[in-house]
Amino acid sequence: MIDKDTRITIAGFMKKFPCRDSALVPSLCLIQKENGYISGSDMEDLSEILNLPEARIFSTASFYSMLNLKPGGKYHIQVCTNVSCSLIEKETLFDYISKKLGIREGESTPDGLFSLEAVECLGACGYAPAMMINADHYENLDFNKADEIIDSIREYENPAEK
Amino acid sequence: MKILLKNKEIPDSQSIEIYSGRGGYAALKKALSLSPEEITSIVEESGLRGRGGAGFPAAAKWKLLTKYRKKTVYLICNADEGEPGTFKDRYIMESDPHLLIEGMTIAACATGAHHGFIYIRGEYLRMAKALVKAIEEAQAKGFLGNNIMDSGFSFFIDVFRGAGAYVCGEETALIESLEGKAGRPRLKPPFPAAAGLYGESTVIHNVTTLSFIPFIIENGPEAFKAIGKLGRGGTKLFGISGHVNNPGLYEYPMGTSLKKLIYEAAGGIKDGKRLKAVIPGGLSSPILKHDEIDVDMDFQSLHSVGTMLGSGGIIVLDEDTSIPLIAQKTAKFYAHESCGQCAPCREGTNMIKFLIERIVTGSGTEKDIEQILRLCRYIKGSTICAFGYAAAMPIETMVKKFRSEFEAFLRNS
Ligand SMILES: Cc1cc2nc3c(=O)[nH]c(=O)nc-3n(C[C@H](O)[C@H](O)[C@H](O)COP(=O)(O)O)c2cc1C
Ligand code: SF4
Ligand code: FES
Repeated sequence: MIDKDTRITIAGFMKKFPCRDSALVPSLCLIQKENGYISGSDMEDLSEILNLPEARIFSTASFYSMLNLKPGGKYHIQVCTNVSCSLIEKETLFDYISKKLGIREGESTPDGLFSLEAVECLGACGYAPAMMINADHYENLDFNKADEIIDSIREYENPAEK
Repeated sequence: MKILLKNKEIPDSQSIEIYSGRGGYAALKKALSLSPEEITSIVEESGLRGRGGAGFPAAAKWKLLTKYRKKTVYLICNADEGEPGTFKDRYIMESDPHLLIEGMTIAACATGAHHGFIYIRGEYLRMAKALVKAIEEAQAKGFLGNNIMDSGFSFFIDVFRGAGAYVCGEETALIESLEGKAGRPRLKPPFPAAAGLYGESTVIHNVTTLSFIPFIIENGPEAFKAIGKLGRGGTKLFGISGHVNNPGLYEYPMGTSLKKLIYEAAGGIKDGKRLKAVIPGGLSSPILKHDEIDVDMDFQSLHSVGTMLGSGGIIVLDEDTSIPLIAQKTAKFYAHESCGQCAPCREGTNMIKFLIERIVTGSGTEKDIEQILRLCRYIKGSTICAFGYAAAMPIETMVKKFRSEFEAFLRNS
């Protein structure tokens, strides 16, 4: 469902660009930010708002790796698995986090807190290894730092457990 | 000599007060008093070549407009920065965004564009926010927007965030993406100058190409030409990553030796190890062996040793690195990022990935190695965009130059 405020922002995108079609990618990003992912009914709604065929919306939405058509964890962890980020430690950061959380690529933890994705170069190769959690960048990581970051999110979300 | 990193150590270098206080926007003022032809010929004379990968002379792109100009001209800054090993544009956008805005505005004067876009990769949210803030500041001070510095010239910039697709760095895929479509490259010609964004004339440059323009206008073409070796024009940002003591971003004149960059700028190989190989210009550039690094980092010199300057992302690999495992990551990357519209690229990259995986897991045969080389040859030159080349070249050279390492996996089976 696309709510009223989101519709207003999308109307702004439609006016901002010389051609309404340019509003499509920004609208999809916005919906994802608001709802966590882009559902089938979001795409139906967007098709009506932008007056573009649903097939066109789906074709664009399914092309880009940052757009999720399925719900993920509250904290979506994207770990770079490209060359520079794999050179620093023997075991890759991705494998380490995967073991720590007990989930594989594309899965979420049972409590829905974390989901994990292996991604390509994040543009931080000189500050490797790198990962993102939702929109935040983390660079110059090692296993200890990754532990600290993930554990502090857990504590923040479940203060009682400590 | 620093042009793009000159403000690197300056606190608050991203703010307009600091930028203009240090002489920023003086070049724009000068450009506004020149004709488009005068700006174009200064940039042409400087020898500025595109820093996005292909190295096309910047002013030559502008001159295409005299023949192909449509009703509207759009200026696009390519900030998709997705080539593995590359992390140069993000510095400018986050720490010196006004340099880019000033460069774009001067390029707009030269090309007659009134609307520009900065297409930035979706992951760079922080950098996108820095740009939006800088654009607002520049507009408030009259360096951007309507009637810039009372010159009568108007130019607006929008920041457009991508959504995760390496191929959108290819200029026509970028245009498709801006038009709200999947980022599938277009068949060329027509080139963007003739039919680009919304079918109108479009000029596209990398972030760093545009960021050189203020220096060139302010100091003249000779000052820029004098920097590069043999007058090859200016400096280049090099991002050095991998097994070096001081990975990071460096600015050196064009034609600086690769050896010097690795051993002086980046402090040599980590943990006192020996060098095995270097990927000199982003992951798509052919790999160099340790004894091939006595080469100057400029377009011609690298071409003459069978590789390229590309994005200037230097990935350094020490003696313990397994090249087949690097090839495996490389193949996985290209198979994942292919847009899928040409069969040789779509099927070829997936087949290469499959074959390398088979080799490194110990069940490959000698025939698989030959098959990989054959696929690389087929892909090159039979695709819509240069992604095909970018995917085939590194794999082909890794296999050819380090064949025995691939064969070692076979014998283990
Ligand atoms: C697969 C592929 C990816 C590319 N990615 C980028 C990129 O991320 N950034 C960039 O500036 N140019 C990239 N390019 C090059 C652009 O197509 C184009 O040549 C460049 O933006 C022109 O700018 P310049 O004249 O300033 O070099 C890519 C090309 C290909 C084939
Ligand atoms: S070469 Fe590859 S990326 Fe380029 S258009 Fe063809 S399939 Fe797409
Ligand atoms: S390789 Fe990991 S950020 Fe570039």
